[in-house]
Amino acid sequence: MNVKTMAQYAAEGKEPEILFWVGCAGSFDDRAQKVTRAFTEILNAAGIEFAILGNEEQCTGDPARRAGNEFLFQMTALQNIETLNMYKVQKIVTACPHCFNTLKNEYPALGGNYDLVHHTQLLQELIDDGRIKLTEGGTFKGKRITYHDSCYLGRINGVYEAPRATLESLDSQLVEMKRSKQNGLCCGAGGAQMWKEDEAGEKRINIERSEEAMATGASVIAVNCPFCLTMMSDGVKAKEKQDEVMVLDLSELVVQNLVR
Amino acid sequence: MIQQILFLIIAGGASFYAFRQFMAIRQTILLGQDEEISGDAAERWRNVLLIAFGQKKMFKRWIPAVFHLFIYVAFLFTQIELIEIFIDGAFGVHRFFADKIGGLYNLILNTIEVLSVLAFVATFIFLARRNLLKVPRLYSLNGWPKLDGNLILIFEVVLLVAIFTMNGTDVVLQGIDPDHYPDTGTLAVSSWLGPALFGGLGEGTLVVLERVGWWLHLGMVLLFLNYLPKSKHLHIMLAFPNTFFSRLKPRGEMENMPEIMNEVKGMMGLTEDTGEVNMEEELPDFGANDVTGLSWIDILGAYTCTECGRCTSECPANQTGKKLSPRKVMMDIRDRAEEVYTKIESGKEEYAANPEQPVSKDNFDDGKSLFDYITREEIHACTTCNACVEACPVLINPLEPILKMRRYEILTESAGPGDWLPMFNAIENSGAAWSMTIDREEWTKAE
Ligand code: SF4
Ligand code: SF4
Repeated sequence: MNVKTMAQYAAEGKEPEILFWVGCAGSFDDRAQKVTRAFTEILNAAGIEFAILGNEEQCTGDPARRAGNEFLFQMTALQNIETLNMYKVQKIVTACPHCFNTLKNEYPALGGNYDLVHHTQLLQELIDDGRIKLTEGGTFKGKRITYHDSCYLGRINGVYEAPRATLESLDSQLVEMKRSKQNGLCCGAGGAQMWKEDEAGEKRINIERSEEAMATGASVIAVNCPFCLTMMSDGVKAKEKQDEVMVLDLSELVVQNLVR
Repeated sequence: MIQQILFLIIAGGASFYAFRQFMAIRQTILLGQDEEISGDAAERWRNVLLIAFGQKKMFKRWIPAVFHLFIYVAFLFTQIELIEIFIDGAFGVHRFFADKIGGLYNLILNTIEVLSVLAFVATFIFLARRNLLKVPRLYSLNGWPKLDGNLILIFEVVLLVAIFTMNGTDVVLQGIDPDHYPDTGTLAVSSWLGPALFGGLGEGTLVVLERVGWWLHLGMVLLFLNYLPKSKHLHIMLAFPNTFFSRLKPRGEMENMPEIMNEVKGMMGLTEDTGEVNMEEELPDFGANDVTGLSWIDILGAYTCTECGRCTSECPANQTGKKLSPRKVMMDIRDRAEEVYTKIESGKEEYAANPEQPVSKDNFDDGKSLFDYITREEIHACTTCNACVEACPVLINPLEPILKMRRYEILTESAGPGDWLPMFNAIENSGAAWSMTIDREEWTKAE
């Protein structure tokens, strides 16, 4: 893929428009890697000069901090801020709402101030500005799509409209779940739950949420977060509905309808 | 004269006793740690106005919101009437303002009457919701919290009966003895309800009934004042400071820990600091294992909690059967804070961490902690989704204490769920949330 690192830009004495923060899930998780590639393709199609940190990127520290491990959070966060400030990074886009939140809201107190956009916001901007074009009557025209608000993009950072606007530009039929926007139900992964077994209970949270999503009759569950992606895919699989219902990130939906 | 003396003794005694209880609550709240109050004061006042006074967040569920509003506005207006009751009681006069403020008096009385009827209806609807419809978030309460929720509604009914007895008999008496019972003008309810109920009674009976209504009204108000400090209805008062002091920082920002940040900076050579650790100093406790480790704003929140359960009914962990309940977290903090305060006040040596010194907030150990109230299983179940924060109508943040307890577990006790260790190790050793054999740029290599 056509991707340059910050180090390469620096070696050429140039600066990219924006830094793409890939995140651990986006880099390492098989399923999330597909999202990363889809988003990269879109950035390239739009002719955006972007860079990644590559091997210089580290975990933002979100799961460590939420588990309570402040030492570890500070270690990894301060390291990242060193790197980002060394490259004089100003603008960052990321496809992970947890990275988004930590970089945007938590790094300033540690000395890292950046202008953050989530990839769903950038997608909408690119569509609105005509920097990318979508095919008329594309793959998702008229299809029922439901959108799952991640907690860290929605309720915590107040981004509800940009992802919905992107879905509308696909000419799809957006159907809302009973609990959406401010009242959206968590997928169950946040607060470092992704890394541990559930506490004892009647049901897993992702099953509850997947059932709610499937009850809309949608054939696509659109998500904006690599952890929601895992959780919702697992939920759909647990109900053996993976052949009827697809769980896709917004950039995967957009890339399928991109006019190249 | 006897009535006047009786009034002064009862009202004075009850007010004094209530005042002492409120001061004790203040002290209990201040068991918490200081927290810097930063940010825009105008935004804080806006919160007080919109959310406490205007009850904006209540209207997410509009049926209870409307009825709650009736009771609340009736409550506010009854306070105006109270001014007259105190003047009448202290000086042995009757309806002091009736002939002094003209038509305004009639307007105020009518407003109170109409609101009282609305509050009356609302009270019965709320009693039904709690006990007949069994709305889960309310019905699930047990013991005192359950009784508390019902008691207040019964108080309300008694208060309203008192008000209408007082006004109703007064209207009839105005016709019999206008010298002692000044004209109040036509009243929306009592002008027909009074004659209908009390019309045929003799003057002596009416005079007694009017007094009964008046004293009952006063009695309920004083009782309520002394009941408040023990009740969830403290939110009538504390919702105002609580919305004012509620944190303005972004929701997604966990409070920074500068002590740890500076130490890590020192270790990484990012500060002038030599990185030497002063071994003399005792390592401080990080996070919170008791109310004294929380912020006073968290304890204020616990006292403000209306026990409405909106947080818990939105909590993904609770809704899927986990033990965690953000409402219980807040109620537990209040119970524990009360316990710690009472024990410190008792001055008993057995509660002193260091028996040489008198027991105090900083010298306290009763062998218990907040973990005896809120279990580890509960705090481990939280997804930090902020649904509870969003749901709370009085801007309480139940997530904050949960996270402080997690910090205590990991930083001070080096405990916590074993499942997290591989994640911690991976971040520490390879800068990634999982330990991986491939490198971060691997995904760029595929076509
Ligand atoms: S933040 Fe935690 S306690 Fe609050 S609703 Fe979400 S899971 Fe429940
Ligand atoms: S914390 Fe807020 S939402 Fe939860 S029970 Fe108390 S008042 Fe209600």
